[in-house]
Amino acid sequence: MFEPARIASAAAAHLEALSFEERFAAGLLVLMALLPVAALALGGGYLLLIGERAMIFAIAAVSLELLIGVAGLISFGHAAFLGIGAYAAGILASHGHGTLSLALPAAIVTSALFALLTGSIAVRTRGVYFIMITLAFGQMAFFVATSLAPYGGDDGLTWPTRTLILGTRVLKRETVFYYVALACLGAVYLLAGRLVGSRFGRVLRGITDNERRMEANGFAPYGYRLTAYVMAGATCGLAGFLLGNQVEFVSPAYMHWQRSGELILMVLLGGSGTLYGPMLGALAYQLLEEGLARLTEHWKVILGPLLVLLVLFGRGGIAGAIERWRRGELTVEGLWAAVTASLRGAGASMVRRWQRAEVAARGALALAMPRCKAGWATIAAGSRRCKAALSEARVSLALLVDRSVTGALTRWRRR
Amino acid sequence: MSTSLLVVQLFNGLQLGVLLFLVAAGLTLVFGVMDFINLAHGVQYMLGAYLAVAFYRLTGSFFAAAALALPASLLFGLAMELMVFRHLYARDHLEQVLATFGVILFLNEGVKIVWGAAPLNMGMPELLSGSVPLMDGLRYPVYRFAIIGAGLAVAGGLYLFVNHTRVGMWVRAGAANAPMISALGVDIKRLFTVVFGFGAMLAGFAGVMVAPILSVEPGMGDQVLILAFVVIVIGGIGSIRGAFLAALLVGVIDTLGRSFMTDALRLVLPPSPARAIGPALASMGIYLLMAAILALRPVGLFPTKGRA
Repeated sequence: MFEPARIASAAAAHLEALSFEERFAAGLLVLMALLPVAALALGGGYLLLIGERAMIFAIAAVSLELLIGVAGLISFGHAAFLGIGAYAAGILASHGHGTLSLALPAAIVTSALFALLTGSIAVRTRGVYFIMITLAFGQMAFFVATSLAPYGGDDGLTWPTRTLILGTRVLKRETVFYYVALACLGAVYLLAGRLVGSRFGRVLRGITDNERRMEANGFAPYGYRLTAYVMAGATCGLAGFLLGNQVEFVSPAYMHWQRSGELILMVLLGGSGTLYGPMLGALAYQLLEEGLARLTEHWKVILGPLLVLLVLFGRGGIAGAIERWRRGELTVEGLWAAVTASLRGAGASMVRRWQRAEVAARGALALAMPRCKAGWATIAAGSRRCKAALSEARVSLALLVDRSVTGALTRWRRR
Repeated sequence: MSTSLLVVQLFNGLQLGVLLFLVAAGLTLVFGVMDFINLAHGVQYMLGAYLAVAFYRLTGSFFAAAALALPASLLFGLAMELMVFRHLYARDHLEQVLATFGVILFLNEGVKIVWGAAPLNMGMPELLSGSVPLMDGLRYPVYRFAIIGAGLAVAGGLYLFVNHTRVGMWVRAGAANAPMISALGVDIKRLFTVVFGFGAMLAGFAGVMVAPILSVEPGMGDQVLILAFVVIVIGGIGSIRGAFLAALLVGVIDTLGRSFMTDALRLVLPPSPARAIGPALASMGIYLLMAAILALRPVGLFPTKGRA
């Protein structure tokens, strides 16, 4: 009954039915699934570790995309969930309860609870207040972790071992762990896709677009937003669980606010508004970090300006670029033309500025010159007048002396 | 004994509050007038401290270093505004956050390259290095009083500037409705530049002031930045008065919490859990305060804008 041709054609038909985004994501996942084979061929276990890390961060980035792209909530404290998931599982493991049936639910439920607690306050606020309050809650989690003295405090907590599955250490095998992470990423992608397409997701988007209209239609934004926040937190808790498992260690640095910034960066680098974008962004960021770190120890000096350039010029991130390329708006010639045009524009504006400055300087000079001349003339006239007065005074003094001397002489003669 | 400790910690809290105000004032003005989230504001504080150390090594005098570091941080702020931030005003908050985050990464690492990763120290001016008796058996360093005094003086000056000058009026009007005052003929671009440079200088001033008492290291601005965010969120974004009150509140609560939380918990809990929970609760204190205030008033204590 095994008919490869029929299965292939059925698969092709399924593939036809998928949107470009879904096909792209599927391709990406298949590529990731083939990576261990490549790693085996190249003999690099290190490649596997990078791949695992990229997939774990991809889960976190997809969960953040649910907030940023779908719910319109810019969370700057998302790394807290990474840490909470890892700490929940790690603390259980350090007490000897590091089994899948306990650790995984603990990681997810703790993250969800933290999201519920903080979200119930944070979701009331809007815009920049939301950014700052999530940042503050992230810091709060960070400081709590640093003061967890029984579990390592600042130094972090080393897990005794990776989570046990059915009492076995099967996760210790790197390939197994890799495919578990891949399966998690695939499941998260599918679930997130279903969520975005569901009624819930559409209501959420509607609220992001126009809150008042949705309210008038009878939807209470608060509940929808809070639910989205809790779901994103729980998903990121799963990523934290995997991250802690990968390195068998957890420290407060997981929750550092710069990590939250990096998560936002992954989402925007890949392109918010799609689900494959953040996945791609997480992958690209890992590669970027690896590459730059190899280049120089101070790789953040390069990353920082890259971020600024990404914001200034890279609208829509990688996904946006792919989208434009598909629509035929982005071609190499077009890009080249844009670059040269912008360079020429910058040059022209510099020339224009210089000319304007020159004109202004000339004008100032022209304005100042007559005044200078007039001032000089006044000074010269004054000094001339001064001289004249001086000579006059001298003459009158001489006359006075002369007169008084002659007067005295005549008086003396008369006597 | 306990009261003297309380007095000392109150002064420490006041000092932290004053410093926070110096940083938060620029942040709240920049946000209020330009609707621009500047994460890189904490870096200005760090640079102020580094510049002070650099000029101190050059001149050997604290006052000369301070006098040189202030215009230098002003110039730096203006240069950053011209090169990067100016192009971000029209973007949305997400992009502003990302770009200024990039600036932080760059400057933190750049400082490491120029001055090294090790913390630097700087001498205190001799004039201010003594201590004064507060009560019997209790002395308090003059320098910290000088910080409090200078901070309060700047706050007073800022009050006069914002409330009683023409530019200050524009700033207040800009915080309330920027497009409107632009329509009324105020050159809003120049106003933005002035406000930005001024805010950068205030943060730099705070950095100069703390250089002699804290170790000057990369990333020292991040912690202050987050506290300053808490301050302006509590105070209401765009409000100088709110920033001042919230800064003092945050400074005092944070300092007192760190020194007394464990002892206070020991009154109701046995010692070992108190020792475990105390520090965690103390470091959470101001965030809990912020959460409580935002739960009651989602736009802070002194909102400037009519709209939320």
